[in-house]
Amino acid sequence: MQKLLNWVDERLPVVDAWNKHLAKYYAPKNFNVWYFFGSLAMLVLVNQLVTGIWLTMSYNPTGEGAFASVEYIMRDVQWGWLLRYLHSTGASAFFIVVYLHMFRGLMYGSYQKPRELIWLFGMLIYLVLMAEAFMGYLLPWGQMSYWGAQVIVNLFGAIPVIGEDLSLWIRGDYLISGITLNRFFALHVVALPIVLLGLVVLHILALHEVGSNNPDGIEIKKNKDENGIPKDGIPFHPYYSVHDLVGVAVFFFIFFIVVFFFPEMGGLFIEKPNFEPANALKTPAHIAPVWYFTPFYAMLRAVTVDLFGLPAKFWGVVVMGGAIAILFVLPWLDRSPVRSIRYKGWLSRIALTLFAISFVVLGYLGLVPATEGRTTVAQVLTVVYFLYFILMPFYTRMEKTKPVPERVTG
Amino acid sequence: MRKLIFGLFIAFLPALGLAAGVGVPLDHIKTDHTDKASLQRGAAMFTNYCMGCHSMEYARYKRVADDLEIPVDLFEENLIFTGAQIGELMKNSMNKDMAADWFGAPPPDLTLESRLRGESWVYSYLRGFYKDDSRPLGVNNVVFDKVGMPHVLVDLQGLCAVEPNIGKKASVEPLSGNINNSSACPEYATEGSMTGAEFDRAMYDLTNFMSYMADPIKVERESLGIFVLIFVAIFFVFAYLLNREYWKDVH
Repeated sequence: MQKLLNWVDERLPVVDAWNKHLAKYYAPKNFNVWYFFGSLAMLVLVNQLVTGIWLTMSYNPTGEGAFASVEYIMRDVQWGWLLRYLHSTGASAFFIVVYLHMFRGLMYGSYQKPRELIWLFGMLIYLVLMAEAFMGYLLPWGQMSYWGAQVIVNLFGAIPVIGEDLSLWIRGDYLISGITLNRFFALHVVALPIVLLGLVVLHILALHEVGSNNPDGIEIKKNKDENGIPKDGIPFHPYYSVHDLVGVAVFFFIFFIVVFFFPEMGGLFIEKPNFEPANALKTPAHIAPVWYFTPFYAMLRAVTVDLFGLPAKFWGVVVMGGAIAILFVLPWLDRSPVRSIRYKGWLSRIALTLFAISFVVLGYLGLVPATEGRTTVAQVLTVVYFLYFILMPFYTRMEKTKPVPERVTG
Repeated sequence: MRKLIFGLFIAFLPALGLAAGVGVPLDHIKTDHTDKASLQRGAAMFTNYCMGCHSMEYARYKRVADDLEIPVDLFEENLIFTGAQIGELMKNSMNKDMAADWFGAPPPDLTLESRLRGESWVYSYLRGFYKDDSRPLGVNNVVFDKVGMPHVLVDLQGLCAVEPNIGKKASVEPLSGNINNSSACPEYATEGSMTGAEFDRAMYDLTNFMSYMADPIKVERESLGIFVLIFVAIFFVFAYLLNREYWKDVH
C-alpha cells in the first residue's frame, strides 16, 4: 500500500494536497455552531449532484412529456420518489445553509482583508446557485414553474431599448415554451453545475491560502509556536472532520423529517399549483416565487413609482439587482478596525440586527399577495436593507470598538 | 451541542410558519391511506362515477390493485371499463376537444387533484352542490362558484334545495333537540338513494381514494422515514462520542 502511495506521490502530489487542505490545514480551535454551514453546503451540493444525475435518467425534457415524466419518476421508477424529494428538499436546504453561511460571514467579518476574494467567489457561487435553482424550478413543468419563469424572464423586458429582445433571446420564444424548457434543462444539468463546482474549488483554495477566520476575528497566524504552527490552530483533520460529522447527523435528522414527512413543506418547498401541468392559457390567481427568492421579489414589488421617464418595473429590477450587487462590494464598505461583531460597537450590532429582520420580513412579504399596507412595509424594509450597506463606511468608523484579545476566547 | 441542535432547528423554522390562506370555508377531514376498505370503496366510486369524464392518467391500474389489495381478476372485471390492460395508465376515452365544447373546459385529470386543492377542499366540493336554476346545468357549488361540472352523484345524494352548510359546525337546536348540519344538506329538492350520513361517508371514501392516488407512496414513505430517523439518531450518538474523544486533547 505504501509502495503504491509512493508511486502515485512521485507523479501526483497527493500527500502534499492531503496535508495542505486537511491534515495540516490549521483551523482556529474556537469555531462555533455557525461554522457548520460551509461543510453542510458542500454536503447538500453532493446530494443535489447525485440525486440530479439519477433524476436525469428518467426525466423527459420536453413540453409534452416533462410533467408526466416527473409523475413517472414519483410512481413507476424504483425509489424515484425518494430521489425527487431529496432533490427538491435539497434545493431549499441549500439556500437555508447558504444564507446562514453568509450571515456567519457578516457577523464575524469574514469578508474583511485578506479574505475579500473568498467573499467574492462565495457571492459568485450564490449568484450561480440562484440561476441554477431558477432554471431547475422550470423543469417539473407545473403551473408555478411556468408562470414563475414567465414573470422572472419578463423582468428583463423592463430594461430600456434592449429589454424585449433580451427576454426573447432568453426564452427562445415569444412565451415560455418547450424550447425554453430544453435550454434551461441543458443549463441546469450541464453548464451551471460545472461553473458551480469550479467556483467552489476557487472558494476553498482561496480560503486555504489565507486561513479561516473565527468568531473572535483574530488572525491566528500571528501567534505561532516554534514549529511555525498557530498556537490557536488545530488540524482540520481529524478535529473538524469528526466535529462536522456531528453537524451532519443533526442536519440529516431535520432534513429527513422534511423529506419523509413534509416533502411539500406546506407548499413552500413544492408549491401547490405545481401539481397542475403548465398551461399558457391559464394564469394562477397568485404567483409567488419559491421562498428563497422572495426577499428580492418583495423589493421588486416595493418600487411603485415611475422615475425619469422610466417605468416603476424597471426601477424595481434595478433595486432587486442592486440588492444582490451591493453584497459584492461589502469587503470595501466595512472600515472597522475589528472583524467580529463581538468587538464592534453598538451601531454595527443594531445595523446587523435590522438588516437580518428586514431580510426575513421581506422574505415573508414576497410570499403573500401585496396589499397597500404590506407594500409600505416592504418599502421601508428595502430602505433598511440598503442603508445597512450604504451607511456601513460611516458607522463602522464612528463607533467605539472593544479591545480585541491576543488569543481566541474558546 | 445544545446550541448546535437549536441553531439547526431555528434554521428550518421560517419554513414552518406559512400556509396559504383559503377563501371559502371548508369541512376539514383527515384521510387515512391505511384504511384499505375505505380506499376500495373510494376506488369503486371513482371508477364508476368519475372516470367517464376524469382520467387519472399518471397512475396505473396495477398499482392501485396491488396497493389496495384487490385481486387482479376482480379488478379487471369490475373496475376497468375501457378495456385497458391492468398495467396501463388510467386514461379514459373522452375526447378533450369535444369535452371542452360540452362543458366549457375539458374535465381535468384528477391524479393530483387532492394535492393541488387539498383534501378538505375535495371533500367539501363533492358535498357542495345545490339546485340553482340560473346555471346551465341547473346546479351550482358553494365551494366552486359557477362550476361547469354537473352534479354527477345526484342519484346518490339527491339534489340539495338550498346552499349546503359547508364549513359550519354542527349545532343542536335548544328546543327541539334536533341536530343541525349532521350532514351538509338541510333540505332536499329531490331525494337520493343515500341518507345524508351515508353520502358523507361515501364522499369521505372517495376523497380518501383521491388523496391516496395523489400520493400513493405516503404510507411506505412515512414508515421508512421512522427507520431512517432512528438510523441517523444512532449515527449521531457515535459521531458525538467520536467527536468528544478527539476534542479531549484540545480543551
